[in-house]
Amino acid sequence: MSLLEVEDLAIHFGGVKAVDGVSFKVAPGEVFSIIGPNGAGKSTIFNLISRIYKPTRGTIRFDGADITGLQAHQVAPLGIARTFQNIELFDHSTVLDNLLMGRHTHRDTNFVQDMLFLPAVRRAERAHRRRVEEVMEFLELEAYREKMIAGLPYGVRKVVEIGRALAVGPKLILLDEPASGLSVEESQDVAFWIEDMRRDMGLTVLMVEHDMRLVAQVSDRVLAVANGKPLAQGTPSQVQADAGVQAAYLGTEVAQ
Amino acid sequence: MDLIQLLIGGVASGCIYGLVALGFVLIYKATEGVNFAQGDMMMLGAFIALGFVNSDHFGLAFIPGVLLAAALMGGVGYGIDRFIVRQIFGQPQFALVILTIALGFVLRFIAGSIWGYSPLVLETPFAGQTVPLGRINIGVADIVTILVTALLTLALWGFFAYTRIGLAAQAASQNQMAAYIVGVPVKRINSIIWGLSGVVATIAGVLFASKGAIDPNVGLLGIKAFAAAVIGGFGSLPGALLGGILIGVVEPLAARYLPGGISQMSPYIIMLAVLVTRPNGLFAQMHAKKV
Repeated sequence: MSLLEVEDLAIHFGGVKAVDGVSFKVAPGEVFSIIGPNGAGKSTIFNLISRIYKPTRGTIRFDGADITGLQAHQVAPLGIARTFQNIELFDHSTVLDNLLMGRHTHRDTNFVQDMLFLPAVRRAERAHRRRVEEVMEFLELEAYREKMIAGLPYGVRKVVEIGRALAVGPKLILLDEPASGLSVEESQDVAFWIEDMRRDMGLTVLMVEHDMRLVAQVSDRVLAVANGKPLAQGTPSQVQADAGVQAAYLGTEVAQ
Repeated sequence: MDLIQLLIGGVASGCIYGLVALGFVLIYKATEGVNFAQGDMMMLGAFIALGFVNSDHFGLAFIPGVLLAAALMGGVGYGIDRFIVRQIFGQPQFALVILTIALGFVLRFIAGSIWGYSPLVLETPFAGQTVPLGRINIGVADIVTILVTALLTLALWGFFAYTRIGLAAQAASQNQMAAYIVGVPVKRINSIIWGLSGVVATIAGVLFASKGAIDPNVGLLGIKAFAAAVIGGFGSLPGALLGGILIGVVEPLAARYLPGGISQMSPYIIMLAVLVTRPNGLFAQMHAKKV
C-alpha cells in the first residue's frame, strides 16, 4: 500500500492553473522526486500536501486517511515534515531551539506541569533533547548548537531546516530543493543523508530538486511536471529519456 | 524624603503603564498588529472587577472577585480575536488599527451603559492604608502594585520560556510558516495571546482602580502606555515594563520640579526623543546583522 496518494490534484489561482491534474503514489521507504522547469508547480504541490493551499480539486491521502481537508498545523502530528525552498527557520533562536521546536507536537505535558517544571516535564525534556542531539549528530550540526540562525551561512541553515524536519519524527519528509545553492560537496552530503534517512531511519522521502545528478543518484522514481501538468513518471533514466521532458527542458524546435 | 515618596509613587503608576504596555507588546509580538483598545480593555477589566467585588454589586471577596474578572476578560480577549480580529486576517495593518480604535469606543460605551459615567471607587482591602517607613508613609496600594507587577512579569517570563503554549507563541511570532509546519495552530495561539493580554489588562485595571476612582474614559491612559511601549522598543516585554516605569517616574518629578504642563507632556517628549535618537527603542533587542 502507498504511504502517500495524490489523485487528480489541481489548484487554480484565478485563471492560472498552477497545478492541473497531477496524480502519483509514493510507497513506504521510497525516494520519490518531482522535477520540472521553474514555475512548473513543484513547490505548489508541496504546499498543497502540507495544507498551506486548498486544492481546487483532487484528493491527498496519507497512510490511508484523507488529509485534503486538514489545516496546516494538523499535518505534522500525522508524521509529515518538510523543508522550504527559501528556508523558513526561527531566525532569532539558536539551532538547538529550532530543532527542539520540531518536537512541539510530541510535547504532551500541560501548562501547569510546564510552569512548575515537574519531574514529568524534566523527563520529557531530556527525551526530546536526546532525540534532537541524535539528529544533530547525524547532520553534523553539533558545532552550531548554540548559534543564532540569523548569523549562519546559507548552507548551514539549509541543513538546520532538514534537522528540524527530522526532529518532528516524521514518516514522510518533503525536501524542497535541498541542494539549491549548495556546493558540490554539500550536495553530496545531502545525497548521503537522504540514503541514510531511507535505510537507517525508514523514512519515505518526497523531493523537489533541479540538480539532476542528485535526483538520479538517490531517487527510486521521478515525476516530471511542466505548466502544472504531469509529463512523465518512472525511473530516473526513463524520465530523462522521455521526449516530452526533454522538450520541456530544452524547448522544442520552432514549427515551420 | 519627599523625593523617595515621589519615586515610589512614580514606580507604582509606572508599573500600571508598563502592564498596559505589556498588553500592547504581547499582541504585537504574536500577531504583528497593534491593539489600540488595550487601554479600554484595562478599563473594562477594572469595571468588571468592581462589579464582582463592590458591596453594592455582587459583593464577592476581593481576590476571588478579581480572579473571576481576570478570567472573564481573558475570555473577552480570546473572543475579540476569535470572532472579530480573525475576520480581517490577512488585511493590511491599517484595518486592524481602525478596528481596534472602534473597538475601544464600543468598550467605553458598554462600560458607560452598565456602570454609568460618574467616577466609581473599587473597594479594596488596602484602600487608603499606608505603611510608615522612616519619616515617610508609603501607600499599601503602591506596594501591592509593585509586587503584583513583579510577580506577573515573572509569571509571563516563565510562560514564554517554559510552557508549550508560550514557546509556540514565540515560534509563531518569529515565523508563522515555520510554526505551522512544526504543528503550531497559529490562529488559536493568536487568540490565546489576546486572552492573555485581556488578563494582564484586568490586573492593570484593578491596580489602577486601587489608587483612585475609575470612569469609562480611564482607558485613554492606553495612549501613555503606548508611548511606554514605543520607548521600550515595542518588541520587548521587559522594555515595555521599563518604559512604563520610566514614564511613571518622570511624570511626578516633572510636576514637582518643572513648570506646569511639562508633566503632562513628558511621556510624549520622551517618546519623541527616543524615536529620534534610538528608533528601535531604548531596550530593543539587538539584532546583529552580518554582511
